[in-house]
Amino acid sequence: MKRTMVIAALAALLACGTAQAQQINVKIGVLTDMASLYADDTGVGSVIAAKLAAEEFMKDHPNVKVEVVSADHQNKPDAAVGIANQWIDVDHVDMIADVPNSGVALAITQVAAQKNKVFVASGPASSDLTGPKCNGNMVHWTYDTWMLANGTGKAIVKTGGDTWFFLVSDYAFGHALARDTAAVVKANGGKVLGEVAHPINTSDFSSFLLQAQASKAKIIGLANAGGDTINAIKQGAEFGIVAGGQKFAGLLVFAPDVAALGLKTAQGLTFTETFYWDLNDGTRAWTKRWDKERNSPGKLPSMNMAGVYSGTLHYLKAVAALKSAADGKAVVAEMKKLPAEDSVYGKSTVRADGRVLHPAYLFEVKKPEESKYPGDLYHVRATIPADEAFRPLKDGGCPMVSG
Amino acid sequence: MERVVEPAAKISPLRANSERIAFGVMVVALLIAPFVIYPLFLMQALCFALFACAFNLLIGYVGLLSFGHALYFGWASYICAHTAKVWGLSPELAILTGTATAAILGLIAGSLAIRRQGIYFAMITLALAQMMYFLALRMKFTGGEDGIQGVPRGMLFGFLDLHNVMTMYLVVLGIFLGGFLFIHRIINSPFGEVLKAIRENEPRAISLGYKTDRYKLVAFVLSATLAGLAGSTKAIVVQIASLTDVNWPMSGEVVLMTLVGGLGTIFGPVVGSFVILTMQYKLAFMGEWVLVIQGVIFVVCVLLFRRGILGELANFLRIKL
Amino acid sequence: MFDIFGISSAALFGQLLIGLINGSFYALLSLGLAVIFGMLNIINFTHGAQYMLGAVAAYLLLNYSGLGYFPALIIAPVLVGIVGVIIERVFLQWIYKLDHLYGLLLTFGLALIIEGVGRNYLGSAGLPYTLPDALRGGQNLGFMFLPNYRAWVIFASLIVCFGTWFMIERTRLGAYLRAATENPTLVRAFGVNVPRMITLTYGFGVALAAFAGVMAAPIYNVSPNMGSELIIVVFAVVVIGGMGSILGAILTGFGLGIVEGLTKVFFPEASNTVIFVIMAIVLLVRPAGLFGRRA
Repeated sequence: MKRTMVIAALAALLACGTAQAQQINVKIGVLTDMASLYADDTGVGSVIAAKLAAEEFMKDHPNVKVEVVSADHQNKPDAAVGIANQWIDVDHVDMIADVPNSGVALAITQVAAQKNKVFVASGPASSDLTGPKCNGNMVHWTYDTWMLANGTGKAIVKTGGDTWFFLVSDYAFGHALARDTAAVVKANGGKVLGEVAHPINTSDFSSFLLQAQASKAKIIGLANAGGDTINAIKQGAEFGIVAGGQKFAGLLVFAPDVAALGLKTAQGLTFTETFYWDLNDGTRAWTKRWDKERNSPGKLPSMNMAGVYSGTLHYLKAVAALKSAADGKAVVAEMKKLPAEDSVYGKSTVRADGRVLHPAYLFEVKKPEESKYPGDLYHVRATIPADEAFRPLKDGGCPMVSG
Repeated sequence: MERVVEPAAKISPLRANSERIAFGVMVVALLIAPFVIYPLFLMQALCFALFACAFNLLIGYVGLLSFGHALYFGWASYICAHTAKVWGLSPELAILTGTATAAILGLIAGSLAIRRQGIYFAMITLALAQMMYFLALRMKFTGGEDGIQGVPRGMLFGFLDLHNVMTMYLVVLGIFLGGFLFIHRIINSPFGEVLKAIRENEPRAISLGYKTDRYKLVAFVLSATLAGLAGSTKAIVVQIASLTDVNWPMSGEVVLMTLVGGLGTIFGPVVGSFVILTMQYKLAFMGEWVLVIQGVIFVVCVLLFRRGILGELANFLRIKL
Repeated sequence: MFDIFGISSAALFGQLLIGLINGSFYALLSLGLAVIFGMLNIINFTHGAQYMLGAVAAYLLLNYSGLGYFPALIIAPVLVGIVGVIIERVFLQWIYKLDHLYGLLLTFGLALIIEGVGRNYLGSAGLPYTLPDALRGGQNLGFMFLPNYRAWVIFASLIVCFGTWFMIERTRLGAYLRAATENPTLVRAFGVNVPRMITLTYGFGVALAAFAGVMAAPIYNVSPNMGSELIIVVFAVVVIGGMGSILGAILTGFGLGIVEGLTKVFFPEASNTVIFVIMAIVLLVRPAGLFGRRA
């Protein structure tokens, strides 16, 4: 009798269990740069970040099956669009993550809107993605040019760096970054003494540094990225820029760039980022997991990779709540409704225009003697709260909002 | 008495018509393909195949290596994209405008470059391409590194809706086959014979009274025009025109495609472009290894398969491809 | 001081000096290319990757054997030169008789492989390498601050460039090399081991590239991509100077550095492109380059 009851109870439980456990299948495609200038800031590290998020989520939600695929877009918009379209049409990918390179990201955000899938951008910098080019199928994690300009610019002017000279990378991104930062500097009482534009991928900055030195500006703003920033700072050390009393402000600097420079050269460099592996226990624990998967000593996770993790986790949360990943717009709407929380970015909110709000930090690179262990690179100089770090909603020009 | 000259071997009709048979196979394959392979990928491959065929016209049949062919491909792509998006031209007019631009650029560049031979010719084409890249970078209408995005597919001739995938595919296939047949016609004409003579021995051709510079220029302009046709079509298909299309790695890629497929065979560039593009897509997940593999292919092709895939095949079967 | 076109003369002289310094890098790199092309008739597109290998070797020597900059200046070129010898024996010797195109494509492929593998193991952001202490600081020349390291660069380049030129144009060994290029069979008949000379010449050209790489390591970002950014420009320098001419490569290198420096003052965005404009003009006016022997 008892045995029959137990079996019946078990059968009832099983029946309930199967009725509730509808399998939800989600496929995520990490479209990133694996071979060229963004490879160390995104690339393989981003794919690992997505996989960590997927594994974590699947452990807590056994009825959700997440698959992560990846591809290198080689910084070519054509290739990226081709891969994205094939992923969505043929491979049933539901969400595209990362996408460094703003030009490529602008193309992908259109594809996501056209096919009603989701784009969780963590790699690109352009603030246009949540501005004039916003749409209901994308969210923009990690950073954008407005945050960089305001975070770094305002903080430096407030600490006395009130005269600026810009080294600008001669393409749209560099000019936008310089223009935004110049506006912030002037709005906070500073002065822009001049600027010089250089071709992208310039190896020798001596000529431009000479001009910067001659201007006698207190701050030399580097409106460029990657190898250009590294070369400018490295050669600045040669020309005694810092010794002569001028300081560099890196407008777009990632942890791998600082590692490439070495502390001796990079010390004192000030910039804004939203993630640092050594920031708190949560980031440290996550970095340990990331490091184990990455299996390449000396590499550090960047804020973009952390953004891929955070964004993927929140996306999966929204999908689980809706029980389906099919309708991209609905998932994004859900992502905007639900608060985001994870060990890496803490609490974040997704705004109506797709912009994700989380705190930003002003970092300063440590002197070599201040660094106690490998990877100990930054001082935290200031925390910019989430509601101040990013451009106000009304200023963006996003058609969905101003309507 | 021994025969000094071997009697001509009897060529089987299969061998004699190898090109026609290959063409038939290609058309049939391309008609079935969209049902088996993702059409957008096929369309991109066809655009590059046309680009490679245009490039091959110069290197394979005239013996002129151009390092700057991306100039015509990319600028045609920009002009076509701009006229379609901003001026609202219907796709066939936009493509024609782009192609015409490439022809004009080819005329200007060609008349400068033709004056020199060999590596110097190649370097002039590279120099001109880099100058035009710089122009593309700085001019506002190209959109800089964002490129021109959201190019409308539009209605071909006013009634064929190119948003329909099959319609677009058939249009692209038509353009490709048209260009391909045009090239075939050029090669197998008296004009083409003179070109081949120039490739083999230019001084002798001059001594026979041919104004070789004029012939080379015409071939150059034709090659540039067809490259422009490929670029314009690509802009409509992918709906983007970007700096990647005018930069020197693009010129390098078309060399790779032609080399892998087979220099101087008419079908070689087609095969080469499909192979390279497939590799880029299928191996995209491998990230940085794609470039290494491309390098290995270059090395292996130069050392062992100098004639390219089809070239070696044609040599082995003793047919003409 | 007086003003020229709105730029103070002090700034102008500063930029000219910088241009001269950059020119010395171009001269060093194009020297290696010119030696290889002049002697072997191979367009060595791998030159950029070999330059990068020199810089990376300097970094590895520092990090794994504690050998600093000055030992690296000698050891790294030797190591990379040996790699060059291997490349020549395994790949290049089969294609000498072919058209230039094949040599170009083969070396381009090798460059892709070397850079790709480098990226895989070293990442693309860059590796830290700082100025040697002995060469830190600089002199205030009044019109500009000249870092000691840059002065060293000019000095070392001039010595290496003219040393190489002297060796090839004025010594007996150089005479054998030049003779072997023109008529290898005859030179072999005289008992000279021509294939070995060719191999060693390629190795020497590669070592020159690596030497430039070590010199670049303290001031330019050491990354697997560093060569591909420079190679096109260096190519243009060699073509302008005349592809077979050693002196042409050296003088054009310095000259073009100065022209680029001037462009950076008046039209900085075009500083990467001005070399191509000059190349197009030179090739149209003087078909074999400024000092070239072959038409």
